[in-house]
Amino acid sequence: MSEYHDISLTGYRRENGRVGIRNFVLLISVDDISNAAVLGVQNLVRGTLALPHPYGRLQFGADLDLTFDTLIGYGKNPNVAAVVVIGIEPNWTNHIVEQIAETGKPVRGFSIERTGDLQTIADAARVAQQFVQYATELQRVPVEWNEILVSTKCGESDTTSGLASNPTVGRVYDRLEEGGSTLIFGETTEVTGAEDKVMERCSTPEVAAQFKQAFDDYQDLVQSQGVNLLGSQPTEGNIRGGLTTIEEKALGNVEKMGRCSVVGYLDQAEAPGGPPGLYFMDSSSAAAEMVTLCCAGGAVLHLFTTGQGNIIGNPVLPTIKITANPLTVETMSEHVDVDVSGLLRFEYNLDGAADLTMENMARTINGRLTCAETLRHDEFVLTKLYRSA
Amino acid sequence: MKKGILLHEADDDVGVATMDLRTGEVIEALTLEGERVTEIELVDDVPLAHKVAMQPKEAHQDVVEYGRAIGSSTTAIARGAHVHTHNLHGKRWSGRSQIVEHHGDES
Repeated sequence: MSEYHDISLTGYRRENGRVGIRNFVLLISVDDISNAAVLGVQNLVRGTLALPHPYGRLQFGADLDLTFDTLIGYGKNPNVAAVVVIGIEPNWTNHIVEQIAETGKPVRGFSIERTGDLQTIADAARVAQQFVQYATELQRVPVEWNEILVSTKCGESDTTSGLASNPTVGRVYDRLEEGGSTLIFGETTEVTGAEDKVMERCSTPEVAAQFKQAFDDYQDLVQSQGVNLLGSQPTEGNIRGGLTTIEEKALGNVEKMGRCSVVGYLDQAEAPGGPPGLYFMDSSSAAAEMVTLCCAGGAVLHLFTTGQGNIIGNPVLPTIKITANPLTVETMSEHVDVDVSGLLRFEYNLDGAADLTMENMARTINGRLTCAETLRHDEFVLTKLYRSA
Repeated sequence: MKKGILLHEADDDVGVATMDLRTGEVIEALTLEGERVTEIELVDDVPLAHKVAMQPKEAHQDVVEYGRAIGSSTTAIARGAHVHTHNLHGKRWSGRSQIVEHHGDES
């Protein structure tokens, strides 16, 4: 059996004391029309990571806020050493720069109006080069488990998820909670049928009320679209796989909570600001959107359980893929970081599966690339709340 | 004895088959912690990852998994029987699919 206890952890301690496990120089595009510029800088300067995306223009209200909160959250994420921000005009660009600068990390903004792409790329590339040379001299230092902000989500679930891989994450979360870690889970849509269990776990009536509000808002949204999601769950595929009711599917999903209390509620992309413990983030259950929101909220390591084999990754948030489905292990091994199918063969119990997972987490924290990182699964997907103006 | 059923909680009404189970087989049921709970004789074939009744149920009784009701029985269910859509309905169930299963389904 693996000995995760024996592995010393290292990471990058940022100016604000937060710990990252990667060391990116990020090139953030404020809006769709600035994608060409960030990609231009990425092509010129080795060691930079551009984040192009399709939005940022003529959004308004909560939808606009969420896009910018997500971009700012990526810049603030401790897996990022330094940031170059490029936008079409200076106001929004500066807004993002100022927010990221609160962390104390190096950040510079460039706007394209009155300059043009080519001069902007030249100017930004000179700064990006300095940032890369700065970042590549930063040293890893010893860090503790409870300094690593961990998030979780499941996708392409099947019965092995509720039976084995989700409880494995739950056991890991129990251990991390006991050690004082801050943890995130979410998937507002997928807890339908187990929402009472989540509410019972909320540590205060205020947190329970916030969770219930987000849950009810989601139910209202579904109804306003004239659909009945309860009737679609579980899916035909779920039923073939042995899942019978929506309650059963949801209870399998929330096994990822382990026995943790929910100490706080987070809006989409919001960073935990309270005590250590487990936070519920209001979020879509679409894998790339949810993982992107976790990264914006400051998570530096993600545990992604899958049954049938979701292959998602994220450019900034290393995503460890855990499955208990032996067929997925056999046919999609290049996507599987942790195989816990041995639980179904009674080769080890839940603690054994949690040990295997934490050993992989320790190695990933220390720099080992996840399967999704090696395969360039860089899904950066903004959550869009409604259409633009 | 063959180990082949996992229980989320030791007193759940249903366990999950960890391999294809056949009528007449006597199978050992364990918790995720690896503790033996009971042995059970199968009265139906139960496919991998489907549920087995750990105790008999009358019709219209709660069926517990994960320590909580996952729905109620629609008929009497014998110990060792296959538990699925033919004898268990969710309490939240409100008729079949208005949203068709599509490529975007996450789980």
